[in-house]
Amino acid sequence: MTLLKLSQFSCLRDGEPLFEPMDYTLSQGDLVQVVGPNGAGKTTFLRSLCGLYSEFEGSIFWKGAPLNPSDFEFLQHLFYLGHQTGVKKTLTARENVDWYFGLQDGASPQSSEELLARVGLSGYEDVPCQQLSAGQMRRVALARLFGSQRQLWVLDEPFTAIDVLGVAQLEGLIQRHCETGGSVLLTTHQAITLPGVKSWKLRPCIREEM
Amino acid sequence: MNPATLDYNLSNALRASVARELRISTRQLSELFNPLLFFLVVVVFIPLGISSDPALLTKLAPGMIWVIALLATLLSLEGLFKGDFEDGSLEQMVISPLPLVWLVLIKVFSHWLVTGIPLTLLAPVLGLMLFLPTDAYWILMLSLFLGTASLSLVGSIGAALTVSLRRGGLVLSLIVMPLYVPILIFGADTVNSAAHGLSYAFSLAVLGVFLLFALLAAPFAAAGALKISVNT
Repeated sequence: MTLLKLSQFSCLRDGEPLFEPMDYTLSQGDLVQVVGPNGAGKTTFLRSLCGLYSEFEGSIFWKGAPLNPSDFEFLQHLFYLGHQTGVKKTLTARENVDWYFGLQDGASPQSSEELLARVGLSGYEDVPCQQLSAGQMRRVALARLFGSQRQLWVLDEPFTAIDVLGVAQLEGLIQRHCETGGSVLLTTHQAITLPGVKSWKLRPCIREEM
Repeated sequence: MNPATLDYNLSNALRASVARELRISTRQLSELFNPLLFFLVVVVFIPLGISSDPALLTKLAPGMIWVIALLATLLSLEGLFKGDFEDGSLEQMVISPLPLVWLVLIKVFSHWLVTGIPLTLLAPVLGLMLFLPTDAYWILMLSLFLGTASLSLVGSIGAALTVSLRRGGLVLSLIVMPLYVPILIFGADTVNSAAHGLSYAFSLAVLGVFLLFALLAAPFAAAGALKISVNT
């Protein structure tokens, strides 16, 4: 099934297109790496798919209908991990994870312990996040991914600050997600070793005068 | 994989959000005490700087207490959405299925709980220091109770509009100050009338109406402004 379809899509910055208009389709089970040089608009592109950036031309279709970014049904299928992960430093790892699932899924506080154990944070559940390292903070954010039931994962640089072992584990998770009918859109500057990665290229528009 | 089911439990989402905001507020105690300390320091300084004449202070007290409460609230407003904007929580709130209006209401409520309510509770002590007639204490507290809630609500619009600006404090004050004028006028007038033994019912009612209006309109305005602010 087709989840997302882009037609003649390009993000705008100050009214100028950031990259050349593109047509792509994302189906269930697809793993897509968005590639492009620094400043090509990868983050802006991902944000606009999530409804966080609204200056674009062309159209986005979600399951065949024009995407309405505040649509309840769409938001229940979307997982977005941005550069700023939304992990609150004054809260503990457990509180952060519980809040996330409460807010996003309407879930009651549950087995965040198990999720945190899967990202290698057992024993750190009740430590305020400001005492964790950068990598561990990212892991708190990734713990949500391990518990996510959502269909479309939009991950902006998910491998940042994660060690080799963590990267392998995360790749395994992404692969399983795709095999079971989910779809993943991600950006990374690391080489992905997963089979079947498609790439969407953003070709920067050459600005005539700088 | 199981497609996500649509049985989103609103009350769980609200509970999780309230718990989070209260935890964050109680863990940043310095932010909680800052406005209070400001309030206290100014009131202590007034008799030292102006005059210790009880008659004069009695006259000044209602207006003074209200102006200070307003400034103390204004001081604390900038941080209302700032932290969440900077660490990405705000984005997660915008793309969560829970309507942003609820989240704004929860955030404003917890802001009021750590600024407006402590100011209200502290007010009689300050009234004592400024020789406010004791009859007016309850009315002072009641007017601050209603008024500071309006201040937090109205202020949230300005905080939401300026959250993405690096130095938004000045713009925030400029946006919010004019909207605070009616609250100040009627708030101070309520206490003044009570201190002189006059009828304060009308001013108090206006404060109540203002709060009701702010409660209905401000969360929507702030939610809209937040959506614009994350659009970068």
